[in-house]
Amino acid sequence: MAQAMAETPRTLYEKIWDAHVVERRDDDTCLIYIDRHLVHEVTSPQAFEALRMAGRKVRRPDLTLAVPDHNLPTTARRDTAGQRIPIADAESAQQLAALERNAPEFGIRLIGDADAEQGIVHVVGPEQGFSLPGATIVCGDSHTACHGGLGALAFGIGTSEVEHVLATQTLLLKQSKSMEVRIEGDLGPGVTAKDLVLHITGVLGAAGGTGYVIEYTGAAIRNLSIEGRLTVSNMAIEHGARAGLIAPDEKTIEYVKGRPYAPKGADWDKAAAWWTSLRTDPGARYDKVVVIQAADIAPTVTWGTSPEDTVAITGTVPAPESFADPSKQEAVRKSLDYMGLTPGMRMQDVEVQNVFIGSCTNSRIEDLRAAAAVLKGRTKAANVKWAIVVPGSGLVKRQAEAEGLDQIFINAGLEWREPGCSACLGMNPDKVPAGERCTSTSNRNFVGRQGPGARTHLVSPAMAAAAAVTGRLSDVREL
Amino acid sequence: MEAVREVDGRAIPFGAKNVDTDVIIPAHWLKTITRDGLGQGAFETLRKDPDNLFDSAEFTGSPILIAGDNFGCGSSREHAAWALLDLGIKAVIAPSFSDIFSGNAFKNGILTVVLPQEAVDRLLEVARTEPVHIDLENQVVTTPFQDRFPFEIDPFRKHCLLNGLDEVGLTLSRDSAITDYENNARAALPWLSKGVEAA
Repeated sequence: MAQAMAETPRTLYEKIWDAHVVERRDDDTCLIYIDRHLVHEVTSPQAFEALRMAGRKVRRPDLTLAVPDHNLPTTARRDTAGQRIPIADAESAQQLAALERNAPEFGIRLIGDADAEQGIVHVVGPEQGFSLPGATIVCGDSHTACHGGLGALAFGIGTSEVEHVLATQTLLLKQSKSMEVRIEGDLGPGVTAKDLVLHITGVLGAAGGTGYVIEYTGAAIRNLSIEGRLTVSNMAIEHGARAGLIAPDEKTIEYVKGRPYAPKGADWDKAAAWWTSLRTDPGARYDKVVVIQAADIAPTVTWGTSPEDTVAITGTVPAPESFADPSKQEAVRKSLDYMGLTPGMRMQDVEVQNVFIGSCTNSRIEDLRAAAAVLKGRTKAANVKWAIVVPGSGLVKRQAEAEGLDQIFINAGLEWREPGCSACLGMNPDKVPAGERCTSTSNRNFVGRQGPGARTHLVSPAMAAAAAVTGRLSDVREL
Repeated sequence: MEAVREVDGRAIPFGAKNVDTDVIIPAHWLKTITRDGLGQGAFETLRKDPDNLFDSAEFTGSPILIAGDNFGCGSSREHAAWALLDLGIKAVIAPSFSDIFSGNAFKNGILTVVLPQEAVDRLLEVARTEPVHIDLENQVVTTPFQDRFPFEIDPFRKHCLLNGLDEVGLTLSRDSAITDYENNARAALPWLSKGVEAA
């Protein structure tokens, strides 16, 4: 395994890759072993169906964890008598039912819709200690890159690959190129992990990382909490990267320690020692290096319909002509038309009617604390019609309630909901009405993502809270 | 999986850049538990325009789609590939594809052809009136105007596509290698082989 190449300096990505090669073929395609597989209800039914039809089993059900998240309503799931409240949408109910049938049939542990541990797979994995540094982690969901914040090699896969992993616990892959994105210096006050990753996406572009696994390095990354690192790595896919990685350190080890599925006893000591070795060696080479100065980053918002369409909150809506590429000019014209914005408009003058605080990018306890800190003692503006806070998991919800955060949100006029993916992609009833704006802590501002005709502005939790208070995109540093 | 040797016919001169999978198939179509019937939802938002290319008399049922950079970015939903297949698309030509989408396309027998922007621009022009021919065996795209654009493709993917091979079946035949790996890993990184128990 890893020892074979011990003399050559290697990147973190190469170390994890080398430790997981089952077989290397002549054309450099590798059969890579998968340590952890997260399964949710949207991208798995066809994979289980294919296994059933071929008479195949799940090779390692013990390395697989199923959690429904995309379709679940964020309103109560059980009535006062403990009976399930049926999901109104028949197709959503059918997908949930399929997962509830498939998991036990194939021997997979299912965290059910009303379990305290239920939540968004990318929140549940790290929270349960299922996701571990140095592990290979996959899920039929592009935001699987999230777990790279722990120093795991984690990436999204399609349903055929879900089937492949279920049947073989491996994937056939070619090693990606490696890129270092180094953030030098410290983030300024009011500038968060979300602002950082939005800024990175603006610099690299939505396709800038295509074909690469990105390792985020530098002081600004080291100084982030683990939850902040999960936020950064979560959006690696938004700049096209296959996966994001942040080298594990003492903070990572401290974070993992004691979680339900984390290693125990002698295993723990061995694991922690290995994790400590998981860093890029001096002299190891990346295929590409991008350096960003943290001091250049302000609280950041998006103005368009691609996550690369970022601007500082102090900035204005750009003009199509300000872009060199003619096809980007055309895309900008379409985006601005969809978004109902005109070039030169100040971002802080953009009114919002909806606020969504949640998603696998920003629904952990620190995110909710950041939003609550802004909302404490304040109320939402009259023009904000709908504002919801959706915790990432039942355990995040419980923790927030223990800290009284739920009351801060409720007193400010926001709704406090049950955990799930919710309005990030509107597969459940949480949608933004056509033509209305939403300041959203999620990860994608695509056309129609939050509902047909919905206009999304991606922001940090603190910035979403600030917008809720003022009724427009606002600089949280001025509140 | 059906074998693919060549794709021949009209090519939809779409050309848009950064086409995300929410555009290819909006999320509300993801609630299906089968692979069929998603063609109806393919490019749903764009197809609300009565003059859209996909439903034009000329391009309905075309087997080839020509797109711009970064086709299939965003969500990992394989429904995007299934929707294209259901629409009758067997090959997509673009200057670049998102990694996840190109994997999904390949696993469903959709050929993704990467060509330089100039070649794609030329094909977008030709496709308005003429068919396009993709020869996988010889790795070349041609037009009736003697255009000839060679393309690269991963040899393993080419082999699987040409022969219609099932990747899961191929990997299952490597069972002993996987078991050897598991035994070694159990000794070297024991905590990683200890997972969770079904409830």
